[in-house]
Amino acid sequence: MNKADALGFVLAAVARLITGAQGHWKGVPPKAEQRIYFANHQSHLDWVLIWATLPADLRAQTRPIAAADYWTKTPLKHWLTREVFRAVYVDRERKEGGPDPLEPLVAALEQGDSLVIFPEGTRSNKGMPQDFKSGIFRLAKQFPNVQLIPCWIDNVQRVMPKGEVVPVPILCTVTFGAPCNLQPDEPKAEFLARARDAVIALKPGGAA
Amino acid sequence: MKFLQSLTATQQVGLLFLILFGGLLLVSAVAVFLAMREKSPQNDHGLTKFAADLRAVWVGAVVYWLAWVSGAVGATILFAVFSFLALREFVTLMQTRRADHRSLMLAFFVVLPVQYVLAGSRSFDLFTVFIPVYVFLAIPVLSALGGDPLRFLERNAKIQWGVMVCVFGLSHAPALLLLEFPNHPDRGPFLVFFLVIATLTAQKLETFVSTRLRRRPVARQIDRTFGWQSWAIACLGAAIVGGLLFWITPFKLPQAMVMALIAGAAGTLGEFVMTALKRDAGVNYWGNTQQVTGAVGLLDRVAPLCFAAPVFFHSVRWYFQLKN
Repeated sequence: MNKADALGFVLAAVARLITGAQGHWKGVPPKAEQRIYFANHQSHLDWVLIWATLPADLRAQTRPIAAADYWTKTPLKHWLTREVFRAVYVDRERKEGGPDPLEPLVAALEQGDSLVIFPEGTRSNKGMPQDFKSGIFRLAKQFPNVQLIPCWIDNVQRVMPKGEVVPVPILCTVTFGAPCNLQPDEPKAEFLARARDAVIALKPGGAA
Repeated sequence: MKFLQSLTATQQVGLLFLILFGGLLLVSAVAVFLAMREKSPQNDHGLTKFAADLRAVWVGAVVYWLAWVSGAVGATILFAVFSFLALREFVTLMQTRRADHRSLMLAFFVVLPVQYVLAGSRSFDLFTVFIPVYVFLAIPVLSALGGDPLRFLERNAKIQWGVMVCVFGLSHAPALLLLEFPNHPDRGPFLVFFLVIATLTAQKLETFVSTRLRRRPVARQIDRTFGWQSWAIACLGAAIVGGLLFWITPFKLPQAMVMALIAGAAGTLGEFVMTALKRDAGVNYWGNTQQVTGAVGLLDRVAPLCFAAPVFFHSVRWYFQLKN
């Protein structure tokens, strides 16, 4: 076991101790097929929680998206995201005439990796997720064979609210729903709304 | 009984080990045998519940034995972990707000370790007042500094309660383990065993008798089965079991029975209170019944102990006029 694997193991153990990291596989079993997990985004811990919930063999082929400017700034951040999580780096700013920001995601999917994305694009603390950005639609169109799995991450905003650095132990759950793939000829706006509803529908205790 | 009392501590430990794990093995063997029979869906449900309970007793017994053999440090750490998991479950179901973050941090990362260090170092005077006196003030101060007046009393009361039950209450189990009696060396672990058996007997008996008797419940809205008759029978049962175990304690026979009665009564009443709390939070069960990774409904199992341990501990200390 190298250093990165060991750290990954420790991080997953800590996440379990703090949050319980319970995965409720309601719509799909945890299975080694190529998937895009998309979830609501409330906290920095979201990715770690989903990652800790996955069985160890799925962790190795499931990758997060990281903002290149932030996560490559210091050697430690870069090492953590590159070696432990195998993050896919994207540029947050789209330059005029520059390469497509989805390019790295497409490359990762072509390699056969699974991805975890937060289609809201930013953390929200209003309870309900904001409208989804269109990136997920374009990926769905380009990779019709990759399963799109909606996830609801519950309680994590209580573990570490925006602005706090020390997490408080509170049990969290990740609920995985049934695949929500793009229908043939489905318009973009309809698909994005349907995907968002699929995530909200997984909220424990109903979408209240 | 004279013979049992005259055994050395080591021999008594060996005997208890045989009784406990032998009994468990026997019950498990019967359970396996029953599980192989053809069954109707109805008693299948009962059997599943029984199997879950049996598993919990096995885990409890093994953990308890580990605590005993690992000595003071091991036992303290073990119960501290239990406290942590129980408090985690408690806080999950209490709707706290962002401004409570600092007080929760205090509860988990300062109060809990300090309380167990105090227990482990036998500083029983400070141990007794640390949470009711000092933490009682510290938690609302931190919450107020958070600057959110909405439901302030309610939020703080919930955190205080969680700390009292899951940390203060449970920490009395290792404290009991470490209690020194002037003329009876090394009796602490036996007392924890005595306490656990007495509370467990009362709890199980209460459930069993109340479903058989079917008397009018005292508080239907809270617990459909809890009634005074079954409670009294449960306490009596605890007293009898306590009497049967008097040879492992520093007590005489009547004292042992009274002590077991106190432990059983406190435990069952504590469980009753926890039921009310769960009704308030809108759940039947503290853990998660579907998926058990991390959350095991531990609070349900330890709740009677959380209430019985402090009462028992202070009764013993008061009765023997223990100064340390």
